[in-house]
Amino acid sequence: MQPISAVNDFVVKFANVNGSGSASANELFARSVLRMGVPVASRNIFPSNIQGLPTWYEVRISGDGWLGRRGGVDLMVAMNPQTWDKDVAEIDKGGYLLYDSTRPIPASKFRKDVTPLPVPLTEICNTAYSDPRQRQLFKNIIYLGALAFVLDMDLEAVKWLIAEQFESKKKLIAPNLQALDFGYDYAKEHLKGVCGLKVKHADKVGDRIFIGGNDAAGLGAVYGGATVCAWYPITPSTSLAEAFTKHCKRFRVDPVTKKNKFAIVQAEDEIAAIGMVLGANWNGARAFTATSGPGISLMQELFGFSYYAEIPAVVFDIQRGGPSTGMPTRTQQSDLMLAAYSGHGDTKHVLLFPEDPREAFEFAATAFDLAERLQTLVLVMLDLDIGMNDWLCKPLAWDKDRKYDRGKVMTAEELEAGKEFGRYLDVDGDAIPYRTLPGTHPSKGAYFTRGSSHDRYARYSEDGGVYVEVMQRLLQKFETAKTLVPKPILHRAKEAAKFGALYYGSTSAAMDEALAALDGQGLHVDALRVRAFPFAEEVVEFINAHEQVFVVEQNRDAQLQKMIVNECAIDPARFISILHYDGTPVTARFIIKAIADRMNIGKAREAAE
Amino acid sequence: MTYIAKPKLHHPGLPTNKLGFTRRDYEGRISTLCAGCGHDSISAALIQACFELDIEPHRVAKLSGIGCSSKTPDYFLGQSHGFNSVHGRMPSVLTGANLANRQMIYLGVSGDGDSASIGLGQFAHCMRRGVNMVYICENNGVYGLTKGQFSATADKGSKAKGGAINPDSPIDMVSLALLMGATFVARSFSGDKKQLVPLIKAAIAHRGAAVLDVISPCVTFNNHAGSTKSFDFVRDHNEAVNKLDFVPAKKEITVDYEPGTTEVVRQHDGSLIKLAKLRPDYDPSDRTAALTYLQEREAAGEVVTGLLYINAEAKDLHEHLNTVDAPLNRMNEDELCPGVDMLETINGEYR
Repeated sequence: MQPISAVNDFVVKFANVNGSGSASANELFARSVLRMGVPVASRNIFPSNIQGLPTWYEVRISGDGWLGRRGGVDLMVAMNPQTWDKDVAEIDKGGYLLYDSTRPIPASKFRKDVTPLPVPLTEICNTAYSDPRQRQLFKNIIYLGALAFVLDMDLEAVKWLIAEQFESKKKLIAPNLQALDFGYDYAKEHLKGVCGLKVKHADKVGDRIFIGGNDAAGLGAVYGGATVCAWYPITPSTSLAEAFTKHCKRFRVDPVTKKNKFAIVQAEDEIAAIGMVLGANWNGARAFTATSGPGISLMQELFGFSYYAEIPAVVFDIQRGGPSTGMPTRTQQSDLMLAAYSGHGDTKHVLLFPEDPREAFEFAATAFDLAERLQTLVLVMLDLDIGMNDWLCKPLAWDKDRKYDRGKVMTAEELEAGKEFGRYLDVDGDAIPYRTLPGTHPSKGAYFTRGSSHDRYARYSEDGGVYVEVMQRLLQKFETAKTLVPKPILHRAKEAAKFGALYYGSTSAAMDEALAALDGQGLHVDALRVRAFPFAEEVVEFINAHEQVFVVEQNRDAQLQKMIVNECAIDPARFISILHYDGTPVTARFIIKAIADRMNIGKAREAAE
Repeated sequence: MTYIAKPKLHHPGLPTNKLGFTRRDYEGRISTLCAGCGHDSISAALIQACFELDIEPHRVAKLSGIGCSSKTPDYFLGQSHGFNSVHGRMPSVLTGANLANRQMIYLGVSGDGDSASIGLGQFAHCMRRGVNMVYICENNGVYGLTKGQFSATADKGSKAKGGAINPDSPIDMVSLALLMGATFVARSFSGDKKQLVPLIKAAIAHRGAAVLDVISPCVTFNNHAGSTKSFDFVRDHNEAVNKLDFVPAKKEITVDYEPGTTEVVRQHDGSLIKLAKLRPDYDPSDRTAALTYLQEREAAGEVVTGLLYINAEAKDLHEHLNTVDAPLNRMNEDELCPGVDMLETINGEYR
């Protein structure tokens, strides 16, 4: 059996126990590789638990810059005895196993086709430290040191990062550097020339940044002018509200008065959170909440209110595995239909599908413009993979001349000048009426907001014709929305293609790689990344331009595909679903195989005919 | 009677307030509630209070939930923005509205079905947070719009119109408000305008969550013998702890009172509440004693009314959150967006 040799193209997986302090050491590893100019894609795989259960961190090192999960493991850092058997079994043939060799492990626990990299971590720690907590924490830094040697990494890059990380707690720098050396020196002495995996300096990272989606979306909400955030803790959305808080404390405190230009309320539940969001938006502040599937279920009644009474609102849905409590710490794209048609009666909501943290930042800000322009709910559909993992992406961007689009708000001056005000009157032909904010004018422009049927002047009415008129206008408003939401992005195959593929959100990373690989195999597929609902005309045109269209999704029921069938009146037989929904992010390997199998069957059939 | 349009012409001799408004300018559409409904009296009291306080109607936002009570904001302050939200969620919607613009007056109108059942959680939490609002619970012990089911404030043993006896213990809104941290707690009766109007005025002047539990008999479904929320029952059992006179801050304040029998409370805006003590030992600044008193007197079958608790020094949600004085809804890019240069710095921090 030949041990794997690879430079800048392999997967390292860390198997840890949660609560053991491994996360920061593992992240340090990923960042060190980045500092060497080599792209990485890292993902946390963690349980819904605080301490004691297994957790994994997967780092894909990809000189070619592929950021999806690759699948497979070349080097396992096995730090959790509980999951040892499973972890060892997962290593690719010819791979490597770094482990704590302090206590003897029976030969039967190893594989002949995997090269062991033993490091007596506990022994090194017990010799160096007396404090139990230190013994535990430094163990992580020691294996990082060992890894740095066996992978031929730039030790200075790691040390530089440690110094940066502990800049505010300087006395921690020296002990961490020492622990790093313990591991590095041990490996240098005992593991020389054993490992065929190497990280080599490159210049493939450029000006890209390494940021999590929830962090970026929270910052996007600050840039987008959100002033009110009402939220209820739920994995995996919590860190978005926390990020917003963090960024607000930095950017939104008045330097003179020390008072806050923001208001953040941890609500009693998701229903109260969306209630506050509607109240604030009704009163003219940009307000949002962040939640996940179960929260969306709870918010539905007020979502319907937002739709019917035409109140702007922004909701971030960080999707996790459903149904019910489902898999709180795993990723899925399974809230699409719920979000799109949330609420009783005939309702539809605008959805945005960012592909990575950079776009999460951009769409966060855009969502507020769209919500105020369209006077309706806008949901930003993130998922755990984007939200809770750091992604390598292009720098966050902001146009220096960008102004907020506050939509159609009639001012006191306009009212005073005698401009006609009807809260639900379509004066511009785009089905978007004007609104007034409470307190605008002493005698003009007041109206009564209600979720019960109303006429164009916001008066209560049970007249069928009046009701239908408003409902039809809302449909027309959704047509206006089509022209305002982010357009889909086309990715052409190298050669003319009969096959197309639709995809969205976090699938993008794996899809880019899959499309390149398929092109390389002579399997040409055009692809369109859908970025919003309602679907732009380009989506229909794309489908019509291809004989068959793959729809790649991370849910069981092909939700996007069904929405397209519904909304665009397209024959379902045109579509081939590619569905990945086990809770782990979809891999390029999975997509390549699924598409290649279908296309090769087709080719074989053509050849036979 | 809603098909009859309300005439807009005023009698030229109608008295005006300092703003030049007549009482009519504080009215809304014609009520669609049953003739004689207690809720209409509360609307009238709200109109009276706002008129007498010289409040600009457009500086008020009125929010409600679902139910007979929650329909009423359409029937007063027609020049104010209104928000008839969903069942039991008025407190959260009002909280959000208040966060957006702290400079307005927020009236939350709800009922016992809306506040004590589906919305009990939101009722409790807006008290805890000290949302600056007047929370009026128009309490009739019955679900009117669905025709006469008991609500959660119906007394145990009270009788429904159809004869059923309520087996469940009642939720006492004022005790709950006290426990949850409300800083102005009162109970009144829709049939006692002399008590209700000054209480509303004092509640509007209060900074923080002000709760008014107003017993408001339902003439159609809960005004019979055996009901403890009927006009007759409440009149017979109404025991006011104090009699209140409200003196707004703008007036030159000269108050005469006899020490011992009258107490004067000054609120943060400088307004005064003159309290004639009807129960000499009752101290509305003592929350613990108020809770005990309420338990004792209600066990004795009394409906205790009046200003039950006030903390004139209370702070509201905005002060807890340390928000800027200017309304958040007025701010734009210049004040809110950190800008493109800062984004460069931020990008650098993620490399």
